[in-house]
Amino acid sequence: MTFLLGYVGSRRANTTPDFLVARRAIPATRNAAAISGEYLSAASFLGVAGLVLKDGIDALWYPIGFTAGYLAMMLFVAAPLRRSGAYTLPDFAEARLGSANLRKVCTFFVICIGVLYLVPQLQSAGLTLNTITGLPAWLGGAVVTAIVVVNVLGGGMRAITLVQAFQYWGKLFAIAAPTFVLFTLFLAGPGNGAREVDEGGVLRFHERVEVTTVDEVRVQVVEPMELSATGRINGAPVNGAVYWTAGTYTVDRNTELRFVAGSPVPVVAGSPTSNENWLKPQTGGVGGLFETYSLIFATFLGTMGLPHVLVRFYTNPDGKAARRTALHVLYLLGLFYLFPTVLGVISRQYLPQLLVTGKTDAAVLLLPTTMQPNLLGQVLGAVVAAGAFAAFLSTSSGLVVSVAGVVSTDILPGKVRDFRWATVLTGAVAIGLAFLLPRADASLTVAMSFALAASTFCPLLVLGIWWRGLTWPGAVAGLVVGGGLVIGSQVVTVISSYTGSWAPSVFSQPALVTVPVAFLTMVMISRLTRRLRPEDVSQVLLRLHAPDPLGFMRDRDVQRFGTAEEKRRLAERRDPPHSRP
Amino acid sequence: MSKHSGPPGQPDQPQPGERDAWLPVPARKNRRRRVVLADPRGRGRVLRTIIELEEQTSVGEKLIRDLIKQQLRTAFALGGGTLTLLALLPLLFYSVPWLAEVELLGVRLPWLLLGVLPFPLCYGVGYAYRRLAESHERDFVSSVDR
Repeated sequence: MTFLLGYVGSRRANTTPDFLVARRAIPATRNAAAISGEYLSAASFLGVAGLVLKDGIDALWYPIGFTAGYLAMMLFVAAPLRRSGAYTLPDFAEARLGSANLRKVCTFFVICIGVLYLVPQLQSAGLTLNTITGLPAWLGGAVVTAIVVVNVLGGGMRAITLVQAFQYWGKLFAIAAPTFVLFTLFLAGPGNGAREVDEGGVLRFHERVEVTTVDEVRVQVVEPMELSATGRINGAPVNGAVYWTAGTYTVDRNTELRFVAGSPVPVVAGSPTSNENWLKPQTGGVGGLFETYSLIFATFLGTMGLPHVLVRFYTNPDGKAARRTALHVLYLLGLFYLFPTVLGVISRQYLPQLLVTGKTDAAVLLLPTTMQPNLLGQVLGAVVAAGAFAAFLSTSSGLVVSVAGVVSTDILPGKVRDFRWATVLTGAVAIGLAFLLPRADASLTVAMSFALAASTFCPLLVLGIWWRGLTWPGAVAGLVVGGGLVIGSQVVTVISSYTGSWAPSVFSQPALVTVPVAFLTMVMISRLTRRLRPEDVSQVLLRLHAPDPLGFMRDRDVQRFGTAEEKRRLAERRDPPHSRP
Repeated sequence: MSKHSGPPGQPDQPQPGERDAWLPVPARKNRRRRVVLADPRGRGRVLRTIIELEEQTSVGEKLIRDLIKQQLRTAFALGGGTLTLLALLPLLFYSVPWLAEVELLGVRLPWLLLGVLPFPLCYGVGYAYRRLAESHERDFVSSVDR
């Protein structure tokens, strides 16, 4: 099975397209499938079902936001950005505001977002490998990093949008087929140990279960219960029977917990403990409400700032096609996200032990073999695992290429060698952070990079495209304030997760505060520095907004960017992308 | 830019009824003359508007400002509407707890509202925006191209 996964994985990785080559004649439908293939990462493939299993209905805001982000992108950004002719966000910023300083700040945040997005991919790869084969978790991340870096270094990636589009359908199949089979089994077979979904009271184990923790975990107990354990609980060594009253317990790593059938399931702190709360929306009080809104804000506005998504839009022939592509993406993502939701709901019945350790991202991977401990289950499990690896590899490759491209052109001199160093550097930093940072749920970590994108590039793009008054000091100030707040709150969250989770939810989901602050800062500082408005602002806005059929817009576009593109295309015959000086 | 951008009602333009008589030699003469006289005139007019746009004369700038305003208004109305609609849901669930108990086809209402509804909604809004934005652009092109 490992071999099969490796084979499927490496084959996929070999063909993961180099999307920095803008081929401008791709039909909107196929391009949309390609974008969706790139976009559906570990967070979507594993994370959504895991969060539904753990948090219930409130987790549905993740897929909603991930999808609605494309709506915001389509409404405010897609077509004008495509017409701008820029390739990366720093490119766009420089073309619009003509400032090298701004470009540097943009570069910094592109790298931040890219690396933040990479970390959960690598961590999930580790989790997947660990779940399926029992190999240590760090190996998965290292393998994915190695495959991606080697690929990018070797320049073995080809601009085959078709393959990327195929990946979307592959992932859709990898999640839809098991969902259909398992859902049918779920409906047909109460004999599988399933209970009524909306049974009141707390969730209970319906068979004897042994759980071994990998990391330290804090669990919540609402009903007194008995279990036996080997290891350390609340800092004291335990071996044998334990009696837990209602309260919160800290279970150390590598502790074995043995539950008898019918005992209530202790749940990681912060998640709903009873089925009733799991089923109902907004049971988290005002704090939960704030978190939900913050999440909506972050995902709705953050998608437009993700480097690997933006860059993919330049494969459209023109602005109109970019808009159509975004529309198709809406439909493709909506279709996809129905399945993880269903899987998450089913896994609540079959995999309650994941709630103890909090490793709920593994739900999708474990569900097939848990429900069907036979050949069918193994086949479905392999399909899901292959889909998961495809998700890690395609998203990671896209991120590594876009980050390394920006690093090599904007920080290093931009020669071929620099691009290679940038790739290695990006991979090394990402894998280092993946080991260092605590493994949160993939969707949560990804939501963080969405928050960062929403607080930095969303204001820059929206104001840059629609408002004449933006100046470069305003843009820089907005980026620094918005991004600084998000990074600061992320640091606070990480520190608090090591020292007893004291930080309130404002720090883990800051977008509701930081996005308006970033917008305000940008507008205010731009107003104050009115004299610095770029002189060609009307020209730039004309190019961004004038409809495509007025061919002269595109001619100007080619005049300004096309020659560079031709040069790059020539250079690419010899070198990997983004190696132009 | 259509090929037939010469002013309508020009004497040498063939009427629909005369089409059959087009192919013979005299008709060819007609056609040649029309290409020489009419086409450059039409193109020149379009070019002039485009140059006006490009050089941002008051007319050109007004045109593009109006387009931007119109597109932005559409985007804000649709995006803001969707965001409001979605953002009302958590508040609704929070303030009307009994809503969570309502069942529809064996599935609880909030699960349907959050798990299924937003996706067609987003697509619908996106579709509407595409239609509107493209029709604005068409209007703009024809106002320039006239």
